[in-house]
Amino acid sequence: MPYALFTILVFPGFLFLSAVSLFAEFFDRRIYARLQNRKGPPWFQPLADFIKLAAKEDIVPREADLAMFNLAPIFALTAVVTAFFYIPLWGTRALCSFQGDLIVVLYLLTIPTLTFFLGGWYSRSLFSALGAVRSITQLFAYEIPLFISLLAPALLADTWSLSGIAAYYQAHPFYWLFNLVGFGVALVALLGKLERVPFDIPEAETEIVAGSFTEYGGKMLAYFRLAIDSEAVVGASLLAAVYLPFGLGLNPLLGFVLYLIKVFFIIGLIALLRTVFARLRIDQMIVFCWQYVAPIAFLQILFNLVLKGFVLG
Amino acid sequence: MEERNLKYPIGPRHEINVPSDFSFVPRAKDEVRVPIGPQHPALKEPESFSVALRGERIMGVDVKIGYNHRGIEKACEQRSYIQDLYLVERICGICSHTHATCFAQGVEELAGLAVPKRALYIRSLVGELERIHSHLLWLGVAGHEIGFDTLLMYSWRDRELVMDALALLSGNRVNYGINQIGGVRRDVTKEQATEILKAVDKLEEQTKYYIQIAMEETTLIQRLSGVGKLSHDDAVRLGAIGPTGRASGVDRDVRRDDPYAAYGELAFKVVTDGHNDVYGRTIVRLGELLESYALIRQIIKNLPDGPLAVRAPRKIPAGEALSRYEAPRGEDIHYIKSNGGEKPERVKVRAPTLANIQSVAKMLEDRYLADLPIVVAAIDPCFSCTDRTIAVAGRGAMNWEELRRYGIEWYRGQGIDFSRLSSKLGRGA
Amino acid sequence: MSKKKFWAHPGMMIDFVLKSLFKKPATVNYPFEPMPMPPHFRGKLKFWPEKCIGCLLCVKDCPAKAIKITKVGDKKFEAEIDLGKCIYCAQCVDSCPKKALEITPEFELAQISRNKLRLTYDESGSHPTEKKPG
Repeated sequence: MPYALFTILVFPGFLFLSAVSLFAEFFDRRIYARLQNRKGPPWFQPLADFIKLAAKEDIVPREADLAMFNLAPIFALTAVVTAFFYIPLWGTRALCSFQGDLIVVLYLLTIPTLTFFLGGWYSRSLFSALGAVRSITQLFAYEIPLFISLLAPALLADTWSLSGIAAYYQAHPFYWLFNLVGFGVALVALLGKLERVPFDIPEAETEIVAGSFTEYGGKMLAYFRLAIDSEAVVGASLLAAVYLPFGLGLNPLLGFVLYLIKVFFIIGLIALLRTVFARLRIDQMIVFCWQYVAPIAFLQILFNLVLKGFVLG
Repeated sequence: MEERNLKYPIGPRHEINVPSDFSFVPRAKDEVRVPIGPQHPALKEPESFSVALRGERIMGVDVKIGYNHRGIEKACEQRSYIQDLYLVERICGICSHTHATCFAQGVEELAGLAVPKRALYIRSLVGELERIHSHLLWLGVAGHEIGFDTLLMYSWRDRELVMDALALLSGNRVNYGINQIGGVRRDVTKEQATEILKAVDKLEEQTKYYIQIAMEETTLIQRLSGVGKLSHDDAVRLGAIGPTGRASGVDRDVRRDDPYAAYGELAFKVVTDGHNDVYGRTIVRLGELLESYALIRQIIKNLPDGPLAVRAPRKIPAGEALSRYEAPRGEDIHYIKSNGGEKPERVKVRAPTLANIQSVAKMLEDRYLADLPIVVAAIDPCFSCTDRTIAVAGRGAMNWEELRRYGIEWYRGQGIDFSRLSSKLGRGA
Repeated sequence: MSKKKFWAHPGMMIDFVLKSLFKKPATVNYPFEPMPMPPHFRGKLKFWPEKCIGCLLCVKDCPAKAIKITKVGDKKFEAEIDLGKCIYCAQCVDSCPKKALEITPEFELAQISRNKLRLTYDESGSHPTEKKPG
């Protein structure tokens, strides 16, 4: 029992995830700054921000729904941390796994967006409401391509379990190369999920202030930010587990280092992508996702089905 | 909704409603009104756009200005011409040289001064450097408004080159203080000229890259093209000037049409465009940058020798003068009336934004909320320049004391009692 | 412009930004690194009491009414300069017929007390003393 608590709360659970998330935020901001010929923040900046926010007074708007306003960030954080337990990080076994956990992880990763909506909606402020509606609208655009593109590798591996997928690609090295197109699609969808440029529409600063988070401050904002940072790490881990499942049989230490390299590679890619685009409008975003991203994801599925049915037998 | 509950002791609304032909659609059941401003991250200065939204679509916009009135025109009447020069320089933070030169030109005309040629060339030189500074700043702001912060970072990085050139020339990065009535205060040395040319060469290379980006980068085009349409006829009717007008094919430029400073002797092209949208305005501004580089090379090459200034009298002969200047944002007009004393009797400033703001409501017609920041930014607004007078709707003229009393009463009606506040602070009512 | 061209180059700044990864940041680490001011920089004013003849032209021309010159003795003048009011235009330097005023490149002038912004230059020379409150 104490060991289970340790794994859930400390390593590789909540505390480890928080530490990696804060470092990932630093990494993202530093890369972003360096790509813009700036210096960027020092490594402890995200932690300092978190402590500063957590130490601040909590202000809840009089009109807001107190319970929803305060529960939304906690739910977001909890869902993200829970999803983390089902993803195999290094090695082929996740902390928990069962047949179908891929679907559960995808649903758990949808919860943060829902909490953005609920938190924003129950703030009862105009900008929050606009941001809330935008995040839910955007959800419908990127979620389907993300689901489809993540199903493709699972189809090939013939399992709905993330650990099973890892084991399959461990047994068949280089098969992951078939899924590279899906990786691209998932990366684009992840940009939408994390609300980064060009899909930072729900929190477009120059349009709707901070979107759902306009009324948030203090601890609740700190939790929301930690949840978003963790979502980035969990999302990157998920992509790493599904699309980059190589080197899983190494010894734990090397495997751990390789895992971190994969995650930070994906976070670096996201930082690079958000450097080179302008923010799209919500209508353009939806058209882009349905017209280009979703069909490519379907192509990947088709390719994997053909591959599985005719080539690999 | 809230407005209905508020008591207005005197008169109805006190803000200026800028007339626009796009009337505000009455609030329908499925519309929400979003206040963009007076405090909003998209706006760098306080001004208010009350937007009626149906979903993401803009159904109507109410533009209100007047939040940044500083009483500069009145203050000008109480100061001497020499002091006023520095005061008008501070009307705008970016086109400070614009206002100072415009004012100086007017006073020089009244006094009948023949400004030395070298001074005129230096004025043009600083004016063009200022235009570069303003347009690069605009490019960055435009990038930021559409979420392209990388463009902001790079264009502002390059703007440092021209800021350094201006600092080298005048001493300071903003508020150059290069003008005096009758000429300029600082000379341009050979070394400074070479430094400026070096900066211009670097900037030209960068600007060409930005032009390529603006014309070809997909997301940028998606956000700029077709946004903020202002047809040629509308531009003429609503009086759009500067790059805003020129992007709608209004071929007007004071530098060419009514040459001042050294522009009569310089060759340059007035950049116009037929896109009629934000994309066109970007192309015009970037094109003007290239023209400015060419102008600076010409000015430095042809810089005549001679004195920097003529002595100006302290008392300016009675008369009226109207001075025009092509600011980076459009035509700037100063009207100066002298009664023969040391202080002007009246100074009136018409900054370019006042002419352009009229067209914003038209540009926002049938657009999305997401387009509002870039459409507003595309006229390169400067609201502190614009806010000059307060006219109380339906109240006629008021004197100083009446205006003050009106203000106190209005705030009391809102529940804010300043007399109580000042007695709390121990100063008495 | 054709529709096709609109989708021609998504993210075309990518090579440009990647090059920046290997460049030094363009920013200056200002308070820790010195930031030299250009020549003619208009910073804090300096007054030379021995040069002043008390013509008060600087007081007359100052747009911000930041200068106060008082006579303290026979041909002896004292200047009080309010750096909080000064707009650093250096018109007084131009106006002064005897060059008794000078601009210095000093620009880090922030103070936490308004009184500290009021500098009095008396006959002791170029070192200003703080104006006592009251």
